[in-house]
Amino acid sequence: MTGTLLIGLYVFVLAMLVGLELITKVPPTLHTPLMSGSNAISGISIVGALLVVGSAGDSPLMRWIGLAALILATINVVGGFVVTDRMLQMFKSKDAG
Amino acid sequence: MDFGTVTPLVYLLSAVLFIFGIKRLGHPETAAKGNRLASVGMLLAILATLLDRQILDFTWIIAGLVAGGLIGLVMAKTIKMTAMPEMVAVFNGFGGAASGLVATGEYLRIMDMGGTLAIDAGVSIMAGTLIGAVTFSGSMIAYGKLQGFVTGNAVSNPFVRLLAILLAAFAIGSAVYLVGFGGDLPFYWSLVGSALILGVLFVIPIGGADMPVVIALLNSYSGLAAAAAGFVLENNALIISGALVGASGLVLTNIMCRAMNRSLVNVLFSAFGAGTASGVTGDDGDKVATSIEAEDSAMILGYASQVVFVPGYGLAVAQAQHKIRELADLLTARGVNVKYCVHPVAGRMPGHMNVLLAEANVPYDQLCEPEDVNPDMENIDVAVVVGANDVVNPLARDDASSPIAGMPIIETDRAKTCIVIKRSLSVGYAAIDNPLFYKENNRMFFGDAADALGLIAEEVKQL
Repeated sequence: MTGTLLIGLYVFVLAMLVGLELITKVPPTLHTPLMSGSNAISGISIVGALLVVGSAGDSPLMRWIGLAALILATINVVGGFVVTDRMLQMFKSKDAG
Repeated sequence: MDFGTVTPLVYLLSAVLFIFGIKRLGHPETAAKGNRLASVGMLLAILATLLDRQILDFTWIIAGLVAGGLIGLVMAKTIKMTAMPEMVAVFNGFGGAASGLVATGEYLRIMDMGGTLAIDAGVSIMAGTLIGAVTFSGSMIAYGKLQGFVTGNAVSNPFVRLLAILLAAFAIGSAVYLVGFGGDLPFYWSLVGSALILGVLFVIPIGGADMPVVIALLNSYSGLAAAAAGFVLENNALIISGALVGASGLVLTNIMCRAMNRSLVNVLFSAFGAGTASGVTGDDGDKVATSIEAEDSAMILGYASQVVFVPGYGLAVAQAQHKIRELADLLTARGVNVKYCVHPVAGRMPGHMNVLLAEANVPYDQLCEPEDVNPDMENIDVAVVVGANDVVNPLARDDASSPIAGMPIIETDRAKTCIVIKRSLSVGYAAIDNPLFYKENNRMFFGDAADALGLIAEEVKQL
């Protein structure tokens, strides 16, 4: 096992534990926004997609695969954050009123 | 400046913003800020990547960002709140697909260079491909079930299970062969194919009302897929973000399972409601459900002092969230004390009902949970069940042999009067009869939830 993989595993396990600690108790009102917001974060693979497209060079197959990944990830990121914001604004306006 | 060192530092900053963002998303006062914080983190990660020297050509990148951004924006702005579960299912699927494609791209790149697959890169690529593909096809089936073009019932037979086991064995075998013995492209594509079918077989056996669990679980998978893509690219930003989402999805999955008093294994593999449950129908010989019309409902409600509304999936189907608010307002104006009691698994995704009621501007202090209402149920004059069934089924409490035994319910049968608004006496998703309908203190109001609530509201105005 190489050092990079090992460090990756450390990072993964620790981040997982942080995640479990962060959200042990969430009020039901926030279940949907938490899910769609965290879902937008999982669109972080947009970073990977950018690297695949950007380094595709002359390979058309890689370019198409990268482009598909990029479009899907961008929909995930933009759509996820915007719809979460839309929901949370609804919750907010209600608190004010 | 050398962006080679700056980029990873910006990724670290992004990861920190994601952690604070998710933390704040868990608290009502800070949730909106948390979401914005996370989106800033994402923007930073994207910008840092664009500055990275590995990127040679920006034409396709701009095309992809613009196309995806516009589609995402339009979807997010136009989606109806009642369709949020579908939306989240689709986004989960897209995220999973993107991660899987990233793994595929990296695999092709290594193959193109004529290189052999190192064990660690190979394992990461195969894991990323598998999880990404399963997340994608599973989410699409979940979407189909929510939309109604894939049967919402639990589909299960021994053949499906056997096929799933064989496919899983085949996928793992292909992965081992590809990594350990230098297998070639055809094996990779067959791995992708079998993973896609596995995703379908994983969600198909799960019935409609178990969707909150499935969606939460697929949410977790989409995170794990991103983390796997992070291992492929040796990119800690992806690993951290993916792990965070994986964890939050697991927490939600766990909350949903507890709300149904069932284990995750039971939800995934028991094909609940596939028609095997006892007392399905047919034994309705001597039981009589009393029906009620708008005028009488209005009388009972208008002169009550404590009223509880219990919304369920039927409210979402009928898009009746504004109607329920209208009726509740009329009652409040008459001095009736109105509350909404929301069961955690009501609807098709975690928090589904809360979103709908929020859209209709239901005041936050009128929302309550089953634990708050149940102890005081005897003092409730009228409980109005709108399009819910299994979450108010007394069998869960009274019959230890019932498939839903032990599931926490809202005990509307103990209210002085209960009115159930429902299209028919048909069974709920658990496919078991609901004795509540035949109780002395229960009245059935047959009809579409929106129509029924509207009719009652008209009558209340006449009082």
